[in-house]
Amino acid sequence: MARTIVKGLWVAIVLGIALLMLANGCSKGQDAASTAEKKYITIKGSDTMVHLVSSWAEAFMQAHPQREVSVTGGGSGTGIAALLNGTTDICAASRQMEQQEKALAEQKGLQPQEIIVGRDGIAVIVNPANPISEATLDQLAKVFTGGYTRWSQLGGSDEEIIVLSRESSSGTYVFFQEHVLKKQDYTVTARLLPATSAIIQAVANDKWSIGYVGLGYALGAGDKVKMLAIKVDEAAKAILPSLETVKSGEYSIARPLYFYSAGEPQGTVKEFIDFCLGPEGQKIVLQAGYVPID
Amino acid sequence: MKHRWQDRAIRTLLLGAASMSILIVLLIFFFLGKEAAPFLIKPGLSHLLGDRWIPVSFQKESFGILPLLTGSLLVTALATLIAIPFGICGAVYISELANQKEKEILKPFIELLAGIPSVVLGFFGLVVLAPLVKEVFALHTGLTALTGALLLALMAIPTIMSISEDAIRSVPTSYKQASLALGASKLQTIWKVTVPAALSGITAAVMLGMGRVIGETMAVMMVTGNAAIITADPFNSVRTMTATIAAEMGEVPFGSEHYRALFCIGIVLLLATFALNLVAQRVLKKYHMI
Repeated sequence: MARTIVKGLWVAIVLGIALLMLANGCSKGQDAASTAEKKYITIKGSDTMVHLVSSWAEAFMQAHPQREVSVTGGGSGTGIAALLNGTTDICAASRQMEQQEKALAEQKGLQPQEIIVGRDGIAVIVNPANPISEATLDQLAKVFTGGYTRWSQLGGSDEEIIVLSRESSSGTYVFFQEHVLKKQDYTVTARLLPATSAIIQAVANDKWSIGYVGLGYALGAGDKVKMLAIKVDEAAKAILPSLETVKSGEYSIARPLYFYSAGEPQGTVKEFIDFCLGPEGQKIVLQAGYVPID
Repeated sequence: MKHRWQDRAIRTLLLGAASMSILIVLLIFFFLGKEAAPFLIKPGLSHLLGDRWIPVSFQKESFGILPLLTGSLLVTALATLIAIPFGICGAVYISELANQKEKEILKPFIELLAGIPSVVLGFFGLVVLAPLVKEVFALHTGLTALTGALLLALMAIPTIMSISEDAIRSVPTSYKQASLALGASKLQTIWKVTVPAALSGITAAVMLGMGRVIGETMAVMMVTGNAAIITADPFNSVRTMTATIAAEMGEVPFGSEHYRALFCIGIVLLLATFALNLVAQRVLKKYHMI
């Protein structure tokens, strides 16, 4: 009995190695093809930007029928990792590369180029039935770190605040933590939802919840959610997030959106980036609910 | 002579294919251990036993898996409690009371329930079940441990029902005949004789159902709210081990402490399902069910 199993294991190992070798052979074949003149490029990264990048890719492919662009999400970190591993040509990121990632790129002999391709505002949303319509950055920090737990502390009804956040893998999570929470930890009772659409769904359903999403999604949700006007401090004017206020810099919770390429962009990669930065590309930025660069 | 050689070659090949699963399980254990082990050296096992899971922080990262463990346990226990009555009553009905036609309708639908992709169930949970839980219990939000448990119960019921049904059906007819001959009613026979006789098989069915529940990811991630807090309150939010791995693995810097911690969770999870399966198999084997 035991001997049969040991024998079986040996055969399984041999079979496994044979399979691995086969798979390896296949991927080598692909590498050889990709070193030739590249008509096909891949873009991977930020989930926030997937919609925007896909629109760019579609318009680009329509203008250049012989080119092919494939777009996948996964998150800014995933995209940067893919860029460093050489499995994507362009990484779309909603945050800058971290020191650790830059060091890793250097180790691999890569010099990632950073290109700002648009801007995004982050809207803080509540249920339309909530009487609160504005908040200071300081109040938001208290809500999301657990300092405030009831709406009455913001001048609203005496109800518990339900804090909603993205998962910690999201670029938006880190940006919000850095710029609004002033690098403090989120409250442990914050509910972490796996997607932007889940946050909008939850805020639209639950009267006393609060969450944050990219401006494009908040505008797209229409009347289902209410965006809060944000005051930098008690004395400042409350600013509603909009294309104009993000562009002018008046709205405080905004960030640039980046493309990273492994080196100086060349060939199709350069063509694509130029297209995105050009007038037609920037028009698409506007249509997707983000803010053009200038 | 030649035939014998071919015979043996093919036999060995088939044996190898069958043993592949053993090899894969061993390799999975090996690689999980290899990725997780550095965490036990630095920062050490004690960090894993903390009560705060804050993997991304500008202050201080904490990798205590206790809230995740209790989260998984709470959801699994609730789901099992909900699934057991449905699963066993359904099994009793199908094996003892249903006529042929009812069986022909009921059984395929149970199998169908088992086959629904969990992400579809999760979506159903988010859009239909969560608002319903919120309404019924007058809560502020439907993203609670209970919502997750209800969804998971839907997944455990088919497993519990079909294996329990096998167990009940394999109770010797002589037991039932003896009970009926002594003047017991049909219902008395079912609850006092048949079900107790099949109890070991039913226990195994429940354990296999629990194994399915504890390993489930997508559905719970969408409806439990994923807040890493230690709680026994079904109306609170919980974060399960599976949801943590699924949500964070994609973004984690390769080789970081966070990465190692996720592999440690993987090992805990694997050991839990492994133990449940092992016990269930033992129970089944002891009573000659397989």
